[in-house]
Amino acid sequence: MLYAILCYHDEDFVGSWTKEQDAAVMKKLAVVQDKLAKQGRLGPVARLLPTTSATTLRKEEPPVVLDGPYAETKEQLLGFYLVDCNNLDEAVDVARDLGAANPGGAYEIRPVGLFQPGGPVK
Amino acid sequence: MTDTAWIDAALTSARPQAVGALLRYFRNLDTAEEAFQNACLRALKSWPQNGPPRDPAAWLIMVGRNVAIDEVRRSRRQEPLPEDEAISDLDDAEERLAERLDGSHYRDDILRLLFICCHPELPATQQIALALRIVSGLTVKQIARAFLVSEAAMEQRITRAKARVADGNVPFETPGAVERSERLSAVAAMIYLIFNEGYSAGGDTAEIRSPLCEEAIRLARLLLRLFQSEPEIMGLAALLLLQHARAAARFDADGALVLLDDQDRSLWNQQMIAEGLALIDKAMRHRRSGPYQIQAAIAALHARAARPEETDWTQIDLLYGALEMVQPSPVVTLNRAVAVSKVRGPEAALEMIEPLSSRLSNYFHYFGVRGAFLMQLGRNDEARIAFDRAIALANTSAEAAHIRMHLDRLMRDSAPCNAKAAK
Repeated sequence: MLYAILCYHDEDFVGSWTKEQDAAVMKKLAVVQDKLAKQGRLGPVARLLPTTSATTLRKEEPPVVLDGPYAETKEQLLGFYLVDCNNLDEAVDVARDLGAANPGGAYEIRPVGLFQPGGPVK
Repeated sequence: MTDTAWIDAALTSARPQAVGALLRYFRNLDTAEEAFQNACLRALKSWPQNGPPRDPAAWLIMVGRNVAIDEVRRSRRQEPLPEDEAISDLDDAEERLAERLDGSHYRDDILRLLFICCHPELPATQQIALALRIVSGLTVKQIARAFLVSEAAMEQRITRAKARVADGNVPFETPGAVERSERLSAVAAMIYLIFNEGYSAGGDTAEIRSPLCEEAIRLARLLLRLFQSEPEIMGLAALLLLQHARAAARFDADGALVLLDDQDRSLWNQQMIAEGLALIDKAMRHRRSGPYQIQAAIAALHARAARPEETDWTQIDLLYGALEMVQPSPVVTLNRAVAVSKVRGPEAALEMIEPLSSRLSNYFHYFGVRGAFLMQLGRNDEARIAFDRAIALANTSAEAAHIRMHLDRLMRDSAPCNAKAAK
């Protein structure tokens, strides 16, 4: 089963990392990702640009376009992974490994109902 | 990341909100800063043992306030020392406090903290130093290094700036819409100054000063997070990102300036460009143009060109025209002339900058640009005069070196002719 691992963290905090700290975290995460990729279990991975670049469309009638992320919360959705796991335990293990590489914040683990990989994007 | 690095990052990110709230409580910058310092000391003791609090800023505000109140009591000797019970059971209190820190307070606290640094009587360099000290929390040593002055000189500069700010009336009432927008534009201008201080550095000091650019970007993002729908703040953040994205390509190995046309575009930071383009794109939807957005749009056109030949100079010319209308300045016209030279040729461009000569008679770039136009027109003797003047006015050794390169090229180009003439 495919699981989405949604990454939540305090954006101000992540934004306070120095370039070196950021690179170090990305490097540690790459180790976990490589392992999953070699096992053929890693789907798309995305790191989102800061929520300041986000726009929200509220589906009212007529729809309203608002600046900023959908929810103003202490922790923001900063990225996601799609990972193939046999069960929730395995998915939690993957999240644990990712969490060890990048402590703080939270991962929301959500089974994927429909997945259309789409074509390659540039 | 090590424990202490984690805590450092948390303290840095919580700082503007925490100091801003403490300033609102105490209405005194020194007390607020001291309270924050004390809270940080407690955090360094408590966080490694008890784990990070859920809301570091709320924790620091709460502890900072309690410790400061303790100190006042202690100095009055009215009550027995209240020790640590005052800050015990923090989890509970943290939650209550977090609830009280409603969005608008939080926004105005940080804006106020930034705004007091923009005190109109403070010279720009003092505004910047003050903001870096109290909002960003850089040490005096770090700031002194970025400004290339001694620590003692910087300490003095910051102390003076603080005294000036303390004398003035810090506005504590919640601002109205008009005041808020005035504060926003003053703060935006100050952030732009911080950036420029880093960006205008020469190749020899660019690396030491680039933290100024990064800090300005962090503050611009922070401001935008607080005021999500302000197109000019989007424009400001976009402008800084798009400019700074080119940092790695702006100087060669010897620290000499590399012009946009000659830069290795593969060195441009694509992630910053992506963020900058996304922000300017977002800002334009508001159809409320302004100087930061226009400048960002110009930077975006450069960023979008994979090769210099692909640059949309016609559009850049139009954008500079728009900028001339909202922010008329001979420097803007000078920049526009560069675009005009690409679209309509150096003759038209030269004609355009001719009227600026008296107002820009001490401006390095004027003579650099003028020399380049004259050189393109083959008017080498006049070009040489302009370049000589530029060198005399250069602000950094990189600027002078760059012009000297042009002069060398002129020499080379004219040498064979002279040799021929001699025969």
